[in-house]
Amino acid sequence: MNRILVIGATSAIAEATERLLAARGDALYLVARNEQTLAAIAADLTVRGAPRIATESLDANDLSAHEAMLERAESFLGAIDIALIAYGTLPDQKRCESSVELTVRELHTNAISVVALLTRLANRMEQRRAGTIAVISSVAGDRGRGSNYVYGSAKALATAFLSGLRQRLRPCGVAVVTIKPGFVDTPMTAAFRKGVLWAKPARIGRGIVRALERKRSTVYLPWFWRPIMFVVRALPESVFMRLPL
Amino acid sequence: MYGLRSRYAAFPAIPVGATILPYGNGRSYGDSCLNPGGALLLTRSLDRFIGFDRDAGLITCEAGILLADILQLTVPAGWFLAVVPGTAAVTVGGAIANDVHGKNHHRAGTFGRHVRQFELLRSDGQRLTCSPEAHADFFGATIGGLGLTGLITCAQLQLQRTPGAGMDLEIIRFANLDEFFRLSELSDQNFEYTVAWIDCLSRGRNLGRGLFQRANHSANPMGHAKVRMGHLAMPFMAPFSLVNAATLRLFNFLYYHRPGIRRRRREHFQSVLFPLDSVANWNRLYGPRGFYQYQCVIPEQTGPEATAQLLEKIARSGQGSFLAVLKQFGNLSSPGMLSFPRCGVTLALDFPNTGARIERLFTQLDEILAAAGGRLYPAKDARMPAELFRRTYPRWREFARYVDPACSSGFWRRMTQGEVVLDGAAPPTVRA
Repeated sequence: MNRILVIGATSAIAEATERLLAARGDALYLVARNEQTLAAIAADLTVRGAPRIATESLDANDLSAHEAMLERAESFLGAIDIALIAYGTLPDQKRCESSVELTVRELHTNAISVVALLTRLANRMEQRRAGTIAVISSVAGDRGRGSNYVYGSAKALATAFLSGLRQRLRPCGVAVVTIKPGFVDTPMTAAFRKGVLWAKPARIGRGIVRALERKRSTVYLPWFWRPIMFVVRALPESVFMRLPL
Repeated sequence: MYGLRSRYAAFPAIPVGATILPYGNGRSYGDSCLNPGGALLLTRSLDRFIGFDRDAGLITCEAGILLADILQLTVPAGWFLAVVPGTAAVTVGGAIANDVHGKNHHRAGTFGRHVRQFELLRSDGQRLTCSPEAHADFFGATIGGLGLTGLITCAQLQLQRTPGAGMDLEIIRFANLDEFFRLSELSDQNFEYTVAWIDCLSRGRNLGRGLFQRANHSANPMGHAKVRMGHLAMPFMAPFSLVNAATLRLFNFLYYHRPGIRRRRREHFQSVLFPLDSVANWNRLYGPRGFYQYQCVIPEQTGPEATAQLLEKIARSGQGSFLAVLKQFGNLSSPGMLSFPRCGVTLALDFPNTGARIERLFTQLDEILAAAGGRLYPAKDARMPAELFRRTYPRWREFARYVDPACSSGFWRRMTQGEVVLDGAAPPTVRA
């Protein structure tokens, strides 16, 4: 049995992951903004087999609330074996271009608040000399695209921060897992037309659980995004800048 | 298309004059789950369990959950759904809205009989907790109500005890219709699940020959193997129907004469109850024009005679497919105003869509059916004449009063075209 903290527990990908964790009997501490949804998910996971489960309502952008939340999670779970940070928002790129305020807010949600949480989590796990930190970043963080670079740059920050953290924590046995999903059919992407590259949250969830078990460094989900992003990253900027992506 | 973030979400706001229809997993065969020119309200996202009482066998869940998901959870705990249709890939909401039946109809009746309660969300925002006791009229209208009375958000179902995932199955060959009815009579006393496959091409003294399947949940343990969906698959759309006179004759001959008959054997419930679920996208076999299913029920008195007439017509036409199923319904009443099952015999056949040719056959079958006092199953229908529906579902006008003003479907418009639906009757009153 693992003791798992999920922040952003009501996201579709997180919920799909939690169902698998619940079914194999892990203890869960679920954190998200919406209390009603949290309660519905907790009830569902209990039916699916979660032996112990507690929830907490928190706005991750309220950095001053993080420490107390981590304290409560740890006291409920005993210790945090795995922390999964799964929240995020998909900014409206066009609106961001005409609003500095919105751009900064999106960066705060998708990057700054994550960094704040990671800093606290890393120190706790470093002290215990055990644990796994996993964050849902995105393929969008591999290279900024004209249609989505506010989100992409926030995820790029998270990805870079995580790779540094991985180096730092490796000697003390703490694993850091960067999860990079591609297009996922969730409420966050409800407005998009879905093509062959789109995956269901359940598939991403299975990939996350596997990555946690194997303590992988970076996983692309589904796997085919790895070669795709290899090509995308390899393109010279002089070519990339001309692409309508 | 509209979605829902949770069961607490408001009924979607649609433009004035537009219509919407709840859409589960889309396994209905016709236009009862479609709303051409209108909107669909996708319900698969409502897939959370709410509670599972392992002592009483009561499961409470959101309406977009698949029956397969429920079985996966409950079978290891010793509980089975009281009624399952021929596929586990349907949602709870869809099972209620079509008041589905299964191979145990003679024992358990329809799905709706085992629904303790459900929440109905109307487009005006009202949430009605419907049960046989509370809002019983909406309960009766919504069971078998084809999604037209509003959105079912969640439901509570009574399960039945099961010793495990295994079933004891017997297959018996029968030479004609008389033998079928004799076997069915006999088997229904000792077997919970009975159904027969029919060779729809056989004629004369072989008319209605086939294989009779009877099964019970097995008391002997069997591993709780996962409910497997689509481990085989039809990977692409056939360019034309692979089901045709030649392939059908060959298949039916081989299947009827297959070896290993009459030996009792243990099988996983999946292969007994949901044989088609193991082949993903089997419908592609029929090519881009697809297929129709003709499923009717004929009352007990006229059943044997009319079944023979129907089968004779079908055999003579040379049309049909390997899916041809015969089963006797029991006399347990169905709770829905528009529920399909009634005491008698039900015949279900798939037909490749051959255009005018198949429609001519259907018209002839309709005549036999109407004369025998039978009716067709809306969940399987894409072509029934409106007049036949209105005559054979006499409560349709009463039902119409419960249809949500925002809801409609292709099927419903087809059946009510040119009719004054509400007839000046006052809409039903909702009491708290």
